[in-house]
Amino acid sequence: MDSQTVAARHQDEIAHHEGEHPYYLRHHFETVEQQKEAVSFGMWLFLLTEIMFFGGLFMAYLLYRNWYYDAFVSASNTLGIGLGTTNTAVLIVSSFTMAMGVYCSEMRNRRGLMLSLAATILLGLVFLGIKTIEYHDKYTEHHIPGANFSIEDFVHPADKRDTALAPDMAQHAQIFFFLYFAMTGMHALHMVIGISILFGLLYQASKGAYTNGHTSIIDNFGLYWHFVDIVWIFLFPLLYLISRHPLH
Amino acid sequence: MSHPTLEDAHAEPHIVGPKTYGLILLALLCLTALTTGIAYINLGVFSPIVAIGIAVIKMTLVILFFMHVKYSSRLVMLTVAAGFFTFLVLITMTLSDYISRAWGLW
Repeated sequence: MDSQTVAARHQDEIAHHEGEHPYYLRHHFETVEQQKEAVSFGMWLFLLTEIMFFGGLFMAYLLYRNWYYDAFVSASNTLGIGLGTTNTAVLIVSSFTMAMGVYCSEMRNRRGLMLSLAATILLGLVFLGIKTIEYHDKYTEHHIPGANFSIEDFVHPADKRDTALAPDMAQHAQIFFFLYFAMTGMHALHMVIGISILFGLLYQASKGAYTNGHTSIIDNFGLYWHFVDIVWIFLFPLLYLISRHPLH
Repeated sequence: MSHPTLEDAHAEPHIVGPKTYGLILLALLCLTALTTGIAYINLGVFSPIVAIGIAVIKMTLVILFFMHVKYSSRLVMLTVAAGFFTFLVLITMTLSDYISRAWGLW
């Protein structure tokens, strides 16, 4: 860019200076647009690190499911498919309410934004509640890997359609449950962090902090929330839908 | 003297509306029902492929529309692609390591 163009653009910016320098524009950025782009880029880079973080667990799952497929099938069938599908739907709707929150922030609709954030919080809590029920079921059924684990359900299955496993393969069911608790537990931790931040966002939103043109924070939290949703979108079929018995 | 402008690489100033979000929500819920239903059909070796395939479609819808990537700059699109690429590197390199060692399980 030659010096004449630089000078011309500088004049332009002085002319627009008053209207385009809101309080949230940091001085190392020239325009609000540039700042939004940089913040969004940074958020995506963080999400990339999260992909690699969960990627390790998915890799472990891929490997052990291949090695101990029968144990994985039997173990997966002990998970409640009704609760799992419900949780998936709950998270998808919460992604919708979060997207609506972004829309309300862009349209400067304070009440709409507050309602959207509150709905997202509520759905997130419903998800965690259902997860708690599922974890408790695993506890009572002695499926938590470790000292309390029992191979009884796998060596002598109650359901006639289940194939009985040999004791050593039945022990490998512990690996499935370890991955189940590790992956859904790490996912639930991300949900807890997200819901905690949402409470803070709801409070700030009530004071009009995100309906005055400053949409970045709601935008980028939305990215985080959708990412957590995507992780569950993959967790659900991998953990719950390995090989369900055909209905007939 | 002409220089390449960065205008076309910028994000479209585009606000995604409730109607679009509603349609995507509907599609995602239908795909969820589909993936649960198909799990009860014995597709043999194609079962995991179909399940992951449906999950990938759901993920694509969320990324493009809920996360606005469809209306984002090329930089953001490139960043998302880089994420997938790095994940694929993780999977393929680890698998190639395991597959190339004859520990009796493969």
